[in-house]
Amino acid sequence: MHILTIDWTELAEKTILIVVVVLVSLLVAMYSTYFERKIAAFIQDRRGPNRAGPFGILQPVADGIKLFFKEEIIPTFSSKFLFILGPAIAMMTAIMIGAVIPWGNKLHFFGRDISLQITDVNIGILYVFGIVSLGVYGIMIGGWASNNKYSLLGAMRAASQIISYELAMGIALIALLMITGTLSLRTMVNQQIDHLWNIFKQPLGFLIFLICAFAETNRTPFDLSEAENELIGGYHSEYSSMKLGFYLFAEYVNMFLSSAVMVTLFFGGYDIPFFNDAAHTASWGVNVMAILQGVVFFAKIVCFIFLFMWVRWTIPRFRYDQLMNLGWKILLPLALANMLLTGAIILLHQNHWHF
Amino acid sequence: MQTLTNRAQPVLRTEMTFLEKMYLPEIIRGMLITFKHIFRKKVTINYPEETRPFSPVFRGLQILNRDEEGRERCTACGLCAVACPAEAITMEAAERQAGEEHLYREEKYAAKYEINMLRCIFCGYCEEACPKDAIYLSETFAPANYGRKGFIYGKSDLLIPNPKEDPEGYAKALGNRKLHPEGHGNEK
Repeated sequence: MHILTIDWTELAEKTILIVVVVLVSLLVAMYSTYFERKIAAFIQDRRGPNRAGPFGILQPVADGIKLFFKEEIIPTFSSKFLFILGPAIAMMTAIMIGAVIPWGNKLHFFGRDISLQITDVNIGILYVFGIVSLGVYGIMIGGWASNNKYSLLGAMRAASQIISYELAMGIALIALLMITGTLSLRTMVNQQIDHLWNIFKQPLGFLIFLICAFAETNRTPFDLSEAENELIGGYHSEYSSMKLGFYLFAEYVNMFLSSAVMVTLFFGGYDIPFFNDAAHTASWGVNVMAILQGVVFFAKIVCFIFLFMWVRWTIPRFRYDQLMNLGWKILLPLALANMLLTGAIILLHQNHWHF
Repeated sequence: MQTLTNRAQPVLRTEMTFLEKMYLPEIIRGMLITFKHIFRKKVTINYPEETRPFSPVFRGLQILNRDEEGRERCTACGLCAVACPAEAITMEAAERQAGEEHLYREEKYAAKYEINMLRCIFCGYCEEACPKDAIYLSETFAPANYGRKGFIYGKSDLLIPNPKEDPEGYAKALGNRKLHPEGHGNEK
């Protein structure tokens, strides 16, 4: 009976890993809201939340409780199913990205090697791309189901912004894939551990990818779909309580996981810089190295999240036509040029620098 | 055209250089400026542990005054009620009886004196109108309350502490004020 021979330990291991990754994403997103307010305050010469708990650490908990206690309003003239589906899709696609990111090397427990990545599919980065594209649905359905023309406008602007910048992101990624030769994220990280980090091989690609990541997560300067003074709330103006919480949270989870993807692709993932990982693995053991690498990975992600927030409170928002101009007329040709240049250099390299 | 002075400058319409058109150097400069602000001194005041100091002429809550012997100054003449632009003050007068000379300064006194804080605009006209120096505006705010009833301040809420029974409270509430018993404008 082959159907019944399920490897229960494997199943349990993966389930625990999934639960841990989801909880960690939610926790980091929760405290991202706190750090956003603190960093915004520090940049603006003020203090930020410091009343809820020491240094205001319990502020996100207070925010969550407040959102839970608010009244759930569902407008009568809208489709109830779609209204609830919008934030559900947004949150689901946001969290699903975390399934293929390598969080560390491997742990050694009970005689088993647990690899700290939920699944190492061959098409790693393509899966991430597919999920990000699905995320557009969350916004569009939310805008449509609100039965409000301003929400619809906001949702349309958000959708067009996301699909425009996906192109440039994809093409910048193709140049990177030509160098690495593989789509799997763990293989990419292993290559970066052995050789140079990809940022040194693809600086322009990284820049384009970074700008497109800002646009994909709807962060300033590309946040006109949720610009409060233009569209009141944009696609989430009709939402209240936990559905709104889901939209806002999905944005922060997206931000966290986009940072994780960028660190994995360009900054070596869990590689500790200037550190001979293999030699120390032999001397300290696998578990200690895995924990150390996990901590370093998180430190890099925190730097990126700080960058996201730093840019948000520095740069004013783009106008819609400026945004489209940037996406189609500047970033797309630049990404194409980057790809051609990378291809040329690879061919030259293979040909031993002859023409 | 001929301008009057030569202070006006024509608008600079030079083309942006390539570096300027890229916007990235400017963005990075801007980000460095905001980064520096993270390490500057914060301008927030930690209320309620610290408060901003008020000026001596700040117009806050009203206080009904007494003289040095502890007698109430207010004679219920009604000038403050007439002067109030928001009609926030109401009062009822009463005659001083035989054994109450230590309580009230003159023969007429205010048995009931109410100010509706919801109507009061803290303009200070009542302080200027009083001929007996009986009402003045202090430095406190009107604290918050749950119902409208709590905002009608009676005589017991407004009276200054008795200098005979509570000299420190009296001195603190009086602050640096100089008393003019004959009213404003009559200082010698």
